[in-house]
Formats: sequence, structure tokens, C-alpha cells
Amino acid sequence: MSDLPRTQHIAASGLIAAIGISVAYISFTQEPAGAFVFPRLISSVFAVLAIWTFAKAVLGRTKVGAGISGSEMRNLLPGLMIALIYAFWAAKELGFYTATTIAFFILLTLYDPAPHGQAQTWIKRVLITAGFMAVMYGLFAGLLNVFTPREFFS
Amino acid sequence: MDFLFYMGDVFTPINFGLLLLGTIGGLILGATPGLSPTMTVALMIPFTFKLEPQQGLILLGAAYTSTVAGGAVSAILLKIPGAPANIATTLDGHTMAQKGQGAKALQVSFIASAIGGLFGVFLLIFLTPVLANWALAFGPSELFWLAILGVTVIGTLDSSSVVKGLLAGCIGLWLATIGFDDIMGAQRFIFHPAVSGGINVIPALIGLFAIPQVITMFAKGRKGTDAEIITVKRHPIGAAFREVLGRKRALSIGTAIGAIIGLIPGVGGQIAGLVAYDQSKKISPESEKFGTGHPEGVIAAESANNAMVGPSLVPLLTLSIPGSPTAAVLLGGLLIHGIFPGPTLFTQYPQVVWPFINSMLIGQILMCVFGLLIAGWAANVARVPPAVMAAVVLGLAVFGSYSVQHSMGDVYVMMALGLAMFFLERFGFSAAPLVLGLILGPIAEANFMQGSMIANATVGKLAYFFTGWLNWLLIAIVVSSIGYSIWMELRQRRTPQEEGATT
Repeated sequence: MSDLPRTQHIAASGLIAAIGISVAYISFTQEPAGAFVFPRLISSVFAVLAIWTFAKAVLGRTKVGAGISGSEMRNLLPGLMIALIYAFWAAKELGFYTATTIAFFILLTLYDPAPHGQAQTWIKRVLITAGFMAVMYGLFAGLLNVFTPREFFS
Repeated sequence: MDFLFYMGDVFTPINFGLLLLGTIGGLILGATPGLSPTMTVALMIPFTFKLEPQQGLILLGAAYTSTVAGGAVSAILLKIPGAPANIATTLDGHTMAQKGQGAKALQVSFIASAIGGLFGVFLLIFLTPVLANWALAFGPSELFWLAILGVTVIGTLDSSSVVKGLLAGCIGLWLATIGFDDIMGAQRFIFHPAVSGGINVIPALIGLFAIPQVITMFAKGRKGTDAEIITVKRHPIGAAFREVLGRKRALSIGTAIGAIIGLIPGVGGQIAGLVAYDQSKKISPESEKFGTGHPEGVIAAESANNAMVGPSLVPLLTLSIPGSPTAAVLLGGLLIHGIFPGPTLFTQYPQVVWPFINSMLIGQILMCVFGLLIAGWAANVARVPPAVMAAVVLGLAVFGSYSVQHSMGDVYVMMALGLAMFFLERFGFSAAPLVLGLILGPIAEANFMQGSMIANATVGKLAYFFTGWLNWLLIAIVVSSIGYSIWMELRQRRTPQEEGATT
């Protein structure tokens, strides 16, 4: 696999193998044993297949999966960070609607191909964000009665 | 003829309104590159919470049917398949559009989709109750093997690597064991409070199907849609009907292949479309025209991918084994309403299941009508920049996951699984077997434990799980699907090597 990122495959399959072995270890050592009969069965196959995949990656015989290129990583990192902050922190701390508005607008600004220098672009982004949030509020608060964490600005 | 008895339920104002909403929404979302039918249905599940089970399933079924057909719009006008099922449609559909026959290609595609789809739903109507009666004979050992069959068949046939497919299935089965054990009440693999109650299927489905797509859009960077949308000129609908009905060979091959492939768990619409296209090309006296904008190519591909929709639900409704990732998502939709599909579904919930199946029948006709009306316009959704699409899907995913149990834990699980799935996909893993493992895990475990108890009191585990023709038949299918996939993988690897040696 000369054109495949071998190091990435080794790291990824190594991580999966570590999880597989841990799951198998826990399944065979935890009590009560009766609760772990099925997990033992599954984790044995899981660990064997994961080690097999890892060994293939180490030997450079992985045939599928192109990995992630440097440029892709650079492109996705800002968006991913925003998404993670939004889901794991902001949604709860700032409230769903506030956090979604901020995250949506930042993501739009980060990835919208329109030039940043034009006022028209920014007006469009604000309008899209406002429109989306109006729909979300109508659907989830109005239609589905979903009670979300208290809003930061309320 | 039970289905006729419940036909009227489809036409109540709310049910018919939801059917229209699902059909039109599905057509538009299906035309959007990157929004697969599975992801669309997964994102729609939270909207069914407040609905009656019958209504929720009608909405989801309509969305499933029309997203598959709607994918043809972007396949024909942009050469970007809206869903993997529409890959074969691009081959002749886009060439027709380039030749100024875009409207004809769209009309032919929707009419063929509807005919194939109707046949598929009729198969579902007549085959499902028969199989459901037969499935009543299944005991715990057969149900255990059936669940394992569901995971292994999808793991091997839907993945580019057999080992990685099976490994993904195992990961799914393991994820299903997280939480409290049903029999002894013991804690298992609870490494974070968010998973103390186990992994809820709906947030998991949303995360596994939607989040990798969002991150993939991020990975493309600040790019707009550079695909040129071909404008369509008017074309008489009557002529399109005559065109489709005049090409009976392609239509019947596509419909038959789609229906057969739909019945096989794990073999999706993508394969149905490609196989039907290939077989039509081989049999057609005009085979040289395929690829140059030949309507038969569009007819074969589109009739196949919609003929697959109905039969793909047969294993789900009769045996509670989802035959495809989208069927797995529909199973999630059933479970949140407290309905567990299986052999007794038609006797316990006929008022839910028959209107659902009937709505798919009517939905095929509506899909054709609205497809013909809005196809040209629907292509414009492809102009929506990926940035907007990513932000919209992310917002819907977070809100949808939270709304399941009003729990932030579900949002964390959704995001964590989605992020992990994005990286797994980049290393050759597929979401489908993982989802099947997650959904079928509890079924496999419950029947394994129940079977073990019966076995301990009677003939012993080995004899219980490995005797009886049905057990052996299921084991044989599991083994042969793995063996066939390994053989195919080895053959594919050998072919490029041989080509390299000859050059």
C-alpha cells in the first residue's frame, strides 16, 4: 500500500485493537460472570479481528481506506472544533438556541466560499442564520415541545 | 387482502398530509447531494415522537421512498448521485441531459421508479404475511442465528473489506451490551455517566449517519458547488410514459433484479441499480447505445433501485431483522413507538403496519406525480453551499438527539459516535454493519441467553444451537456469505495484479 498512509492505518487499527483487547479483558474478568456471557463471545471475536487488522496494517497490507490528507485535516479542524465545543459545552452552558445560533453563524462564515469583504455576504449569512433558527424554534419548541437547557440570555 | 381493509386509513387528512409532506420533502432532500436516504430518515425520526405510530411510520416510509427516487434528479442534472442507489442513473441520465433531453430523462426516471416501486411494495404486501407465519416457528436459537446473520451479511456484503465489515459489526454488538444487563442487573462497560442507561439507538443512528457527512463537508473547505446544473426543456409526459412502457425489457429486468436484491439483507440499492443496468446492457439488442444517453439505462437503474425499497422491509417486518441500513433506521422509528416488529406484528398491530405499507403504495404514485412536477426545480437545492448544509445537519442532529429523552448524554453519545465513525470510514470501515450490530445486539443476546437456559435444562448448548435444519440453514448462509465475500475480495485483488502483469 505505497499510496496509503500506513502510519495512520497503524495508529487507527492499533487503537481499535487496544479497545478490543480491553473489552475482552473486562468481559473475562468482571463479575458477575453470568452478566458477561454474551460480551465474552462478542469480545473474543472483536479482539481477534482487531488484532488481525492491526497486524495487516503493521505489515503494510491494508487495502482499503485512504486515511486523511494534511489539507483535509486543515480544512476540517476549525469546523470540528466548533462542532465539538457546541455539542459538548455550549449547548448546555449557553442554551440550545443561543449556542446553535453562534455555532451556525461561525460555521457559515468559516466555510462559505463567498468573499468576506462584501457587506452583501454578511447580510446573507445573518439572514440564513436567522431563518434557520426560526425554523428550528418553530419545529422543536413550537411543534415538538422540546424543553432545552435554560438559555444564557433569558 | 387485509391491506385493502386498511387502505382508507391512508386517506385521513393527517395521514395523507404527512404522506404528501414526506414525499415532497423526500424528493427535495433526495436531490441534495450528500443527504442519503438513511441519513434523511434518521434525522426525521425525532419529528415523529409527537405523532401516532401509524402517522410517524407513514412519514418515514414516504421519506424513504422518495429520497431514493429524488436522488435521480441530481444524478441526471448534475452528474452527482443524490444517493449511492442512483450511481447507475448518472451513466445514461446525465448524458441524456447534456443532449438536451434532461426533462425526458427525469420523467422516464420517475415513471420507471414508480413502476418498480409499486411492484416492490406489492411483493412486500403479499410476501410479508406468508413469511411472518413461517417465522412463528423460530425459537431462540434460530432468532439468535438470524441476528448474527443480519450482522454478518451486511458486514461482509456492504463493506469493502470482509474483516473490517465483521469488525464493525462486532463493535456494534459490543456497543449494544453497554449499560445494565437485563437478567442480573449488573453494570457493563459504563465508562461515562452518559451511557449508564445504555446507548439509545436514535442518537446513535443520527450520529453514525449524519456527523461523518458533516465532517466530510468541513474537510472540503471553502468550496461552493461547482457542478453545472443543466436546465431542462419541456417534454410531453405522455411521450415519456410511452417510452417507459415501450421498453419492457429494461423495465422488467430492472424491476425483477431490484426486487430480488431487496430481499437479500445487506445488498443495497447501489448494487441493485448497477446490476440491473449491467444486465439490461448485456441483454439489450442496443447495448452499444448504453452510456451514450440511452433511456433504457435510466429505466433499468431507476426501476431497480425503487423496486428494492419494498422487499428490503420484508426481513424487518417478519423477522425484526433489518435488511438494509435504512430499514435499521425504520426499526429505530418503530421501537420508539413501542412496536417491536416480528411474526406477530400483523396480528398485534395491523392498524399500524397495513396503513404503513399501503402508504408506501400510494407514496409511489405521489412520488411519480410530484417528481414530474418539481424535478427541475428540486435540482436547485444542489446549489445550497455545503457550508450551509453542514451547519443545518449539525443543528438538526444536536436538537434531534436531545429531543429523544431530553438528555445531554444522548447529544454526547451522538457526537462521539459520529466523530469516531468519520475516522473509521476513512480507514475502510462502514457504518451499516456497526448500526446493524447495535440494533441486533439486544435481540442476539436475549435469544442467546434464553436459548442457553433452555439448553442447560435440556440437551446442552452445543446440541441446542447446532441442531435442526433451520439452525443449519442460517449457519450455512452466515458461512457462505463470509466465504463468498472473501472469494470476491481475493478475486478483485488478483485482477489488478494480473492486469499489471500483462501490461
